[in-house]
Amino acid sequence: MLKVTNLACTRGEHQLFAGLNFRLAAGELLQVQGENGSGKTTLLRALCGFIQPFAGEIRWQGKALSELGEEYFANLVYLGHANAIKDELSALENLRISSALSGCTVSDKDAIAALRRMGLRGRETFAVKMLSQGQRRRVALARLLINRARLWILDEPLAALDVGAVGLMQEIIGEHLSNQGLVIFTTHQSLQVSGAETRQLKLS
Amino acid sequence: MNKISLPSMLLLVIQRDLILAMRKRADVLTTLFFFVLVVSLFPLAVGSEMDMLRKMAPGVVWVAALLASMLSLGRMFSADYQDGTLEQMMLVPQSLSFMVLGKIAAHWMLSGLPLVLIAPVLGMQFDMSGEALLVLVVSLLIGTPVLSMIGAFGAALTLGLRGGGVLVSLLVLPLCVPVLIFGTGAVASVAGGVSAMPNLALLGAFLLMSLLFTPWVSAQALRISME
Repeated sequence: MLKVTNLACTRGEHQLFAGLNFRLAAGELLQVQGENGSGKTTLLRALCGFIQPFAGEIRWQGKALSELGEEYFANLVYLGHANAIKDELSALENLRISSALSGCTVSDKDAIAALRRMGLRGRETFAVKMLSQGQRRRVALARLLINRARLWILDEPLAALDVGAVGLMQEIIGEHLSNQGLVIFTTHQSLQVSGAETRQLKLS
Repeated sequence: MNKISLPSMLLLVIQRDLILAMRKRADVLTTLFFFVLVVSLFPLAVGSEMDMLRKMAPGVVWVAALLASMLSLGRMFSADYQDGTLEQMMLVPQSLSFMVLGKIAAHWMLSGLPLVLIAPVLGMQFDMSGEALLVLVVSLLIGTPVLSMIGAFGAALTLGLRGGGVLVSLLVLPLCVPVLIFGTGAVASVAGGVSAMPNLALLGAFLLMSLLFTPWVSAQALRISME
């Protein structure tokens, strides 16, 4: 479904990677590995269409990203280093807005259910600035639960999460894969998803 | 989960910015107080000669409005840029131009509209006639959205740059000169005894032109700044 051919990205004058090829089919999980500064985030941002690659092509369901335009974004959910949540709003309000930005409305019932599953029971209506780093990350991750996009691009999803939440993420990713979803992620921790083999892509 | 339509998406972006501003009221109030202070300083500085004050009133109010709207431009995209919300906005399966239009509308409601509402009170300090006050309000009502739109373009271009605040003023102020000329021209023509319509019509034309182009241009500038 996702096909990357001969991709090269640069940052300023410096070439991060070149000649990158991979395919990802439905139900597959890809871990991007590499040292700090090897271009993991740049690769993920290029896959989102934020960055024009220096060379090469990214195709989704046989069509190049430039052809697809906004249509592609409906298939995609991206979670970056920044949580994209507002300190002044409550977890529930944040979730409602991020859901709307991904093109869907969400009922309060579904949103609360998603937050509770992420372990935020009782904190749904707290202003996010009252929450800890890990809890904020959980609010951001709750977005995955209310989204129907097939391709998940996750940049360090496990940052600031405790052991329990890492287990939960493994479970959620496993469910998404069994629903024919695709996941691309980077992490420096170990993430074992049962029932799916983690493919590795090494950047150097 | 239902698909969300374009108008409701637009409303949502505006609503979100308004809620955020209401929870952080200081930002809105600084713009307003700045406007009030700058306008009030002039009668104190140049003395209380009524004829002169009446003559310079439109210019003073308009320049102050221009400067006040510059003040809040830096915040237009920077908070969303820093917390990653802007990235999510670029992934919206609708045109980014509409997101930008929503941000512009919210920015105007928070930094333009309050100025329009308080302008007649400030105009009285300058002994402006009733008709002149009315034209002043109308000209600001048409002109301040243009300032927000041109400002959005500047803010998008300078996003993420150090010292972007000063740069955006240098970039945007020259572009706002036509708005300033026709805005003050409209009010001055009332005092001169001619119709204000030609100037107001030209301001309206500017409003339509910028409505057509600036959201799209700003969206392109945002994409460049995000790379």
